[in-house]
Amino acid sequence: MQFLGYLISGISLGSVYALIALGYTMVYGIAKMLNFAHGDVIMVGGYMVYFTFCSRGWNPLLAVLFAMAVCTLLGITIERVAYRPLRSAPSLAVLITAIGVSFLLQNSAMLLWKSDPKSFTSIISMDPITIAGGQLSIPAETIVTILVSVIIMIILIWFVNKTRIGHAMKAVSEDRGAAQLMGINVNGIISLTFAIGSGLAAIAGALLLSSYPTLIPTTGAMPGIKAFVAAVFGGIGSIPGAFLGGVLLGVIENLSKAYISTQLSDAIVFLVLIIVLLVKPTGLLGKKTAVKV
Amino acid sequence: MKKLITAAVTGVLAASFVMSACAAETIKIGGIGPITGAAAIYGNNVKNGMEIAVEDVNATNPDLQFELQFEDDEHDPEKSVNAYNTLKDWGMQLLGGTVTTSPCLAVGAEALNDNMLLLTPSASSQDVIDLGDNVFQVCFTDPNQGSASADYISEQKLGEKIGVIYNSADAYSSGIYSTFIAEAEAVGLEVVAEEAFTDDNSTDLTTQVQSCQNAGADLIFLPIYYTPASQVLIAADKMGYEPKFFGCDGLDGLLTVEGFDTSLAEGVMLLTPFVADADDEKTKDFVAKYAEKTGGDVPNQFAADGYDVVQVLYAACEEAGVTSDMDASEVCEAVKAVLTGGEFSYDGLTGEGMTWDASGAVSKAPRGMIIENGEYVGLD
Repeated sequence: MQFLGYLISGISLGSVYALIALGYTMVYGIAKMLNFAHGDVIMVGGYMVYFTFCSRGWNPLLAVLFAMAVCTLLGITIERVAYRPLRSAPSLAVLITAIGVSFLLQNSAMLLWKSDPKSFTSIISMDPITIAGGQLSIPAETIVTILVSVIIMIILIWFVNKTRIGHAMKAVSEDRGAAQLMGINVNGIISLTFAIGSGLAAIAGALLLSSYPTLIPTTGAMPGIKAFVAAVFGGIGSIPGAFLGGVLLGVIENLSKAYISTQLSDAIVFLVLIIVLLVKPTGLLGKKTAVKV
Repeated sequence: MKKLITAAVTGVLAASFVMSACAAETIKIGGIGPITGAAAIYGNNVKNGMEIAVEDVNATNPDLQFELQFEDDEHDPEKSVNAYNTLKDWGMQLLGGTVTTSPCLAVGAEALNDNMLLLTPSASSQDVIDLGDNVFQVCFTDPNQGSASADYISEQKLGEKIGVIYNSADAYSSGIYSTFIAEAEAVGLEVVAEEAFTDDNSTDLTTQVQSCQNAGADLIFLPIYYTPASQVLIAADKMGYEPKFFGCDGLDGLLTVEGFDTSLAEGVMLLTPFVADADDEKTKDFVAKYAEKTGGDVPNQFAADGYDVVQVLYAACEEAGVTSDMDASEVCEAVKAVLTGGEFSYDGLTGEGMTWDASGAVSKAPRGMIIENGEYVGLD
């Protein structure tokens, strides 16, 4: 029963990672770049929900929709201002820019909203569910986070595989030049990808903070890095891979906290990542791509 | 032309010399602490407390005046050393800081090199006073907090099975933790769970709370700062787990976390040397001045610590006959001689009859407090 309790809180943490990793993997899969500012978009989403829902008492759903709108706009702006001019630059330059954007967001948040911690009120107001005669109680946040992650994953898979825009995204991902020749608006598709990724970041922010309620300007940084690891773990670019990677990472982290050492949990998580990458360099569900030289 | 300038400069210098000779002695006091960041409440309280104290002491004796400059360090050792250098450039003669432990260790090493007297309001680690004989504390040393907590819990029979959640990456937290564990064993308290976290994985503390619950702890000892403590309280509430919570001075500030549901903090107990609702004249007077200065805020023990730092330094400077033309090292030797002379005793907000020995640790008695109806109330 204890094990089950740890497992459930691991899955809860993991599904938040999964939600963030979905945003990472979408952008990487299509724009072929690592958007390190993703974690900080989550933080901005968190503040938006905090100011509308926690401070002004908006309807939680409305607050999350508002945060999604703000983050979507922010994502498109970041892409337009910081990444598009570097479309043909070496990937290292884009990577450094992304790190720069990340710092810019964190420090702007510190100036705008001060760095003293804010305690986030959970957007989910249901009671925890107790099973097995009260021995095990599952917070409602956990269930909602898992459900939301699964639903979003399914929608994304459907969207990419079944819709015209989704096909265009896949085309851009496979061969940008050829896609452009086929009449696909490559810049538009990449903007759309950032919009979707950032919108998801707002949902992730709201759910992350509902479970782990301390909101500071660096709130998104560590979960962002962990989610990036999760995306690599599951095979970066793969949507189900990001989900699987996220959940596994959360479970491994929590079980190693519970049974091995609370202090070494991060070390163990990254050790597992290294082992997986040594054995299967493309990640758990990653595609092997042959590159013509 | 050149001669004229020289003459003018000499004239001005001479004039200013005469002026300073007939004006009062002004001693420059530096303060360092987190005004922003995760520990901002401590720094702001200390800063306000010090400013009030400076106004008070300057009013008592026109011949010896204090001038205070306070720098922000965001609870970051590196920034703290920068702040220290800024203050040195300004001409600081005495340092009342720093507020938090890890930065104080970094700054203390610099202060030792410069032989600058350092009286910290609240950096409570043993390591701080071990740095050198120029470092003194107004607050209790962590070992005392840890062992005093264990004694208190056992004397008042607050819990049968104790769980501890502490930050192993923080000198303050792990310092209290280790002495608590040692004393708990000595007085026969049963510690059933010892759970650690680090700054990097402090996002999620549910597992640590779960482990305490699984171990059957009926009291959780929290030798941590208020931000992670608020997470522990929220996590326990979500699980429907209701142990008693007991902490040290780091918990002071819990009620002011923005957005935190303070009803979760009901019944939380802490050991701290200052209670704002105490009814002695000195406390009442300070609380009133603090409210006036901040627009209605209630000071916590850090504000009182800050106030006492300035008062103690002032009393010591007065007794040692410190003058404004002495450099930091001379001031340090003079004040140190007074503090450790054996005659010096100070009745402050945070304790009656505070005395110091050469180790730099203060001697005074701790008090227990409990949070009731959103207020700190003395336990005894």
